[in-house]
Parts: sequence; structure tokens; C-alpha cells
Amino acid sequence: MIDILLSLLIITGALFTFIGSLGLARLRDFYTRLHGPTKATTLGVGCLLIASAVYFSVRDEGVSLHEVLVTLFLFITAPVSAHLLAKAALHLKVRSLASTPAPDATTNPAVQRNPAD
Amino acid sequence: MRRFLPHPLLTVSLAILWLLLANQLSAGHVVLGALLGWLIPFATSSFWPERIRIRHPLTLLRFLLVFVIDIVRGSFLVAWLILKGPARLRPVFVEVPLALETDLAIGLLANTISLTPGTVSARLSADKRTLIVHTIDTGDAAALVAEIKQRYETPLKKVFEQENA
Repeated sequence: MIDILLSLLIITGALFTFIGSLGLARLRDFYTRLHGPTKATTLGVGCLLIASAVYFSVRDEGVSLHEVLVTLFLFITAPVSAHLLAKAALHLKVRSLASTPAPDATTNPAVQRNPAD
Repeated sequence: MRRFLPHPLLTVSLAILWLLLANQLSAGHVVLGALLGWLIPFATSSFWPERIRIRHPLTLLRFLLVFVIDIVRGSFLVAWLILKGPARLRPVFVEVPLALETDLAIGLLANTISLTPGTVSARLSADKRTLIVHTIDTGDAAALVAEIKQRYETPLKKVFEQENA
């Protein structure tokens, strides 16, 4: 019974991770590509970690909660790196399918303050 | 009290973090975790100029629940969009005007946005008043902004910024 549950979790996790990577290859511009790895992978890794926690808790007669930490650190770091990538892309005016917001030159005071950037 | 325990919440979090790292609940690790939780805030106090107060724990819990549900929902949505074919996506940049004022709350909001359905926060304006968000596919940008404000910003504001609890 537990084996079936674990297998399902691992397969679901692997599937989402795969779709996330597929998105990286299939999507058409930098910004949409950013969504594949940050989103789909979150749930993918989440499923794998739950499977790991359950497996080691059942096998070793003690609750294994290491995995909570992996989730926590992932949730703290993944959005930060996504944000920085997007910000850098906006700054470099990377080609985008969506019309990019103008503020860089006009409404963003940071740019006006440091014209040297 | 303030001097000896500058950040009670951080202390508790660090102690729990230590226990999770050790992956066992023994008396020795509880003591060591508490000690680390007590000492580390002194070493890092310059990063935490203000004491963090959580005002509505229930609102925070409900927010976390919404957050988890949205991660699952968002993952399915993005997975479906990727499989359906990238040609029909309607990516848009939207500007979310912020009602939040503290760095912590804005940071949490930006992180939440990046982790949930098809949105990545892309830039915070220098005056910290607007957050630019990229969304992978939307038909109605105004509705998206309203949803972000109502689902995430309102509870965050209530928990971290409201003065009279």
C-alpha cells in the first residue's frame, strides 16, 4: 500500500520536473521560459521530498524531517533567483513576447539616479 | 528582555531549524539548538533592525494554506500551458501598486508571487510603490492584479503591518 503511494508520488514528481524542463526548451522567450523551472519544478521537487520523508520515516522507525528543510530553502531561494533573472533581463531589454514595461527610463528613479549603470 | 532576547521569533526558528538539521529530538540537541538560537541573533542583529511582530496568527495560517493550494494549482496550470503549446500563450507584464510598506512584507509578497500560478515578480520600482509582475498567460490583466492584491497582499498587510492588533 505504502509502496503504491510512494511510487505515485515519485512518478508525479518526476513528471512535473520533466514538464518544467520541457518548458525551458519549448517556450519562446526568456520570460515565459522562466516559468517552467520555477513553477512546475516546485511541485515536482515537493512530491519527491514528501516521498523521501515518508519512505525514511517508515523504514527507520523515526520521523525523518530533513526534507522540510530542503523545501524551505528551495522556497526561499527559487523565487529570489527567478526575480533577479527577470530583473536582469528587463534591464538588458531581452526580447519579449509581452510588451515590456517602459519604466526603465521614465518612471524608475533608480535609473535616473545612476545613469552610469 | 529586549537586550537579552532581541528576536524571540528568530531564536525559536533557529532552534527548530537546528533540530531539523540534526534530524533527531534528543535533550542535547534541544539545548544546543536553543543556545545557537540565542547567540546567532546577536551576531546578525545588523540585518534585523526591527523586531518582527506577527499580529494575526490565524490570518497567517490561512495565508499559508492559500499559498500551498496556489502552488499546486499553479503547477498544474503551468504544466498544462507548456504541454498545450507555447504558441497560444498571452504573456503580459502587469504593474501591481503596493499598499505594503515594510521590506519584509514586500519581500514576502514578491516571493509568494514568484512561487504561485504563472507569475514571476520581475522588478520593484525604486520607490517601492509598484511591483512589476510577468505573467505567462492571462486574458485579463486587471483581474490578475486584483487577485494578487486580494489573495496575498491583504493578509500580509494585516499580519505584518497593521498597528492595532
